[in-house]
Amino acid sequence: MDEIFGIPAPLLFGQLLLGLINGAFYAMMSLGLAVIFGLLNIINFTHGAQFMMGAFAAWMLLEWLGLNYWWALVLVPIIIGFTGVVLERLMISRLYKLDHIYGLLLTFGVGLIIEGIFRNQFGSSGLPYRIPPELQGAWDLGFMYMPIYRGWVVVAALVLCLATWLLIEKTRLGAYLRAATENAPLVQAFGVNVPRMVTLTYGFGVALAAIGGVLAAPIYSVNPQMGTNLIIVVFAVVVIGGMGSIIGSIVTGFGLGIVEGLTKVFWPEASATVVFVIMAIVLVARPAGLFGRA
Amino acid sequence: MAIQRRDLLAAGAAAATASLAGPRSARAQAANTIRIGVISDMSGPYRDTTGPGSVVLTQQAVQDFGARGFAVEVLQADHQNRPDVGANIARQWFDQGVDAVVDLPTSSVALAVNQIAREKNKVHLNSGAATSDLTGPQCSPNTVHWTYDTYMLAKSTGAAIVKQGGNSWYFITADYAFGHALERDTSNFVRAQGGRIVGSARYPFPATTDFSAFLLQAQSSRAKVLGFANASTDTVNCIKGAREFGLHRQMKLAALLMGVVDIKSLGLESGQGLLLTEAFYWDLNERTRALTQRVRAKNQDRPPAMVPAGCYGAVLHYLKAVADMGVAAARASGVDAVGRMKAMPCDDDAFGPGTIRADGRKIHPGYLFEVKAPGASTNPWDLYKLVATTPGDEAFRPLAEGQCPLVRS
Repeated sequence: MDEIFGIPAPLLFGQLLLGLINGAFYAMMSLGLAVIFGLLNIINFTHGAQFMMGAFAAWMLLEWLGLNYWWALVLVPIIIGFTGVVLERLMISRLYKLDHIYGLLLTFGVGLIIEGIFRNQFGSSGLPYRIPPELQGAWDLGFMYMPIYRGWVVVAALVLCLATWLLIEKTRLGAYLRAATENAPLVQAFGVNVPRMVTLTYGFGVALAAIGGVLAAPIYSVNPQMGTNLIIVVFAVVVIGGMGSIIGSIVTGFGLGIVEGLTKVFWPEASATVVFVIMAIVLVARPAGLFGRA
Repeated sequence: MAIQRRDLLAAGAAAATASLAGPRSARAQAANTIRIGVISDMSGPYRDTTGPGSVVLTQQAVQDFGARGFAVEVLQADHQNRPDVGANIARQWFDQGVDAVVDLPTSSVALAVNQIAREKNKVHLNSGAATSDLTGPQCSPNTVHWTYDTYMLAKSTGAAIVKQGGNSWYFITADYAFGHALERDTSNFVRAQGGRIVGSARYPFPATTDFSAFLLQAQSSRAKVLGFANASTDTVNCIKGAREFGLHRQMKLAALLMGVVDIKSLGLESGQGLLLTEAFYWDLNERTRALTQRVRAKNQDRPPAMVPAGCYGAVLHYLKAVADMGVAAARASGVDAVGRMKAMPCDDDAFGPGTIRADGRKIHPGYLFEVKAPGASTNPWDLYKLVATTPGDEAFRPLAEGQCPLVRS
């Protein structure tokens, strides 16, 4: 059997592919964070809870209203995005003039409260959510058995990331957004309603987290802690990519997924730490992040 | 105004008298009251398998025990799965006159509280913790380990799978004390039966949510059995992943610690065919069904899980011992109370007849179950089919092998 660094080649390819799949989640989550930070200057620590709410909303639509996965994919980002809009209007909008730390503390607290409420209501052990029948089964790739659903997650994440990048970099709306980031009063003077744009941007970032939650529901157990475990890594991704950089969060998201996958082959015990080691190195060598502007 | 002020003064005086009288009357009452504190995971990953359910079943034990000339008070607290928090609560409660602590899931917390109960000469009735060290090197004359332990799980599930031809094993293990103990105990049984261990992947706990990389490694090991030395959500995510990647077609999946709540969360579709071991299942016999009937409405309309059922059995037996020896004597010495528990034969609706050994190990049968297919399940909690019963005297580690100092002396 062919071996690379003492690891059978099929296993290595398999792990690379899995890394890509996990990277898809990291990219999707960090994209939402980057969009929110880029425009609002808010470090959104509620993101993990909003990801979890997305998964729970998908479960509720199925169990309570009989609406399947595809409906959830459309409705959940709208519903959870709307809760984000309410949160921004009621609370976050009051903090823009203050230091970053206030936004961080507020969103962190709100995240803990949401998680606590879901734990009280649904318990901690999680709820089952089945893979939609259209995406069940697996392809035999020769070197590994590839579940169709995981392939779908990668494709969906890539499409979403690309669409978001195009929206922000190539459209008129995106140009307004970027301009407002640079100089909000000037953009407002041109007749653009900046506060409303800011609110909708937050809602959009939250909707991205919610879609991530729907995509994750059939793979992981739907439970109140599911976002907490992910959010810490995702923050490291954003820091490595450069706070607020769209392309940075996409590339680092996929890249770190692959690095983590390889660590799981060579030294499983370190797999949870490797992302943070890279983060420390990047912070020392390039404090603004790989794609950030100092 | 003056009248109002006078009223206020009078009210203040009354309140002061009341607060003076308060503790005195509580103390007078306390002499004839047994206070039992449930310390459990009320907010973390083990909440659904222990926590509030353990409180409900403890209260049920008090109710079923009935009025026999002394009062019983039940308190509850959340240890957050942290040994320091658990130890602080236990210390404070013992100083405030709590006589026994119950449940204590999470092995690290249980071992910490074990020391304090001994130091303060109180009673530690453990149902939730898995580590077999509680009746081994760390055994205590103040402790009864009631429900299950890593040795029992490993022996029942591990041996059954080797017998079915699963003679080569790969483990996915939570990288902390509990996972290591479960892997070690299971490996010993597999080797003793002539099987071999191909390898293991130890994943960071609790920071891991995606297990696919470890599953792929397990697959490439070409072992016949994949053992999960972990618990709760991690096990559920592992099994979901194993099905997704088609591992169940090549390997036998062995969940070494799993209960009804986990199976419910996994769903029968993914869980069918799994072998697992429990000491209690609500639908086991007439008595377990009768107990379930009594508590179901109070327990969020769910049948009791294994660990809460253990709290029921342990508390009921403790109260019988208190009644037998008298409240004053039981409160005076935890060692004496546990000694009386060991001297009396046990019998309750959850576990049936049994005994408590010198090392504190409660002895009752272990049951090997197979998870039903969705078509074979007749109601939402009809989850298991009984495969084998290990009698009490074979289910747990032999007394002489445990290295418990109480036994040697």
